[in-house]
Amino acid sequence: MLINGKEMNFDENITIEKLLEKLNLNRDKVVVEVNFKIVPKEKYAEHILNHEDKIEIISFVGGG
Amino acid sequence: MKIFVNERTTIVKEGTTAFDVRNSFKKDADIVVLNGFIISDDIALKENDKLTLIKRGEVPTKEELESLMIARHTPGVHEKINKAFVGIVGLGGLGSNIAVSLARLGIGKLLLVDFDVVEPSNLNRQQYFVKHIGMLKTDAMKEIISEINPFVKVDTKNVFIDENNITDILANVDIVVEAFDNPKSKATLINTLLQKMPQKYIVGASGMAGYFSNNTIVTKKVRNNFYLIGDGISEAKPGCGLMAPRVSIAAGHQANTVLRIIMEEKDV
Repeated sequence: MLINGKEMNFDENITIEKLLEKLNLNRDKVVVEVNFKIVPKEKYAEHILNHEDKIEIISFVGGG
Repeated sequence: MKIFVNERTTIVKEGTTAFDVRNSFKKDADIVVLNGFIISDDIALKENDKLTLIKRGEVPTKEELESLMIARHTPGVHEKINKAFVGIVGLGGLGSNIAVSLARLGIGKLLLVDFDVVEPSNLNRQQYFVKHIGMLKTDAMKEIISEINPFVKVDTKNVFIDENNITDILANVDIVVEAFDNPKSKATLINTLLQKMPQKYIVGASGMAGYFSNNTIVTKKVRNNFYLIGDGISEAKPGCGLMAPRVSIAAGHQANTVLRIIMEEKDV
């Protein structure tokens, strides 16, 4: 699948939650877009990604 | 032909020069501003030119001050920014700098949102003064803006923003500036706005700690209405603090992005 423009390989049936874990990202510090639609946080555990999906993960760091 | 002298409509003969007008209206003026630009050489005027005559050091009345300040804004810009309503959420290093910048620009109206008070540790990068320590940031910033540009309308809200109050608080603003320190608050605000108010413009920031290169701080257009500024990685943490110069660079990007959105320049 395409994540932030980079091709990456993951297991079939991976959820957004599992993907964030594998990428070592905190679910509370990200915005996730799948095929240009924002996915609500409460759907991360059930939203299964498939290999044609275009995924954008915007991850925030502290400071301001 | 018709020209404007200190914002007043005035009829002058064809071929009249800027200095002719100064000599007849305000002979002791030592600053002549033509269409937002200070001129030192005389020039023939054209129809609808805006000429402003200023005597250095003279304290103007409030009405005069407004026209003198408007004169310094680039024509075409002031008319638009004067109608804009911008919400700044978080009044720390980013938010306080953005608020001051937009106030100097002559923005029409600001909504300032923060729940915190000014602390000594804020003075390394935020626009507050020693006398503001202990004061609510919203009140302190409102005071600073009134000293810079008393013609900006300022609304304040002393609240902690969470997913339940975001849409109410930001319902009426045209553009939301995300200027939080906390990454979870950044994500909550932006997730909520993108889902519940997708038409709202958002200008956020992530990654401006330390003294890394200036040039890694960039403005990205993430989605149609959502711009994100920063290097994306430099997190504030022990050994890598937030400092005025780089925080101001990011704040400058955010303020100019707001201006560009208002001027309908939507690309980065």
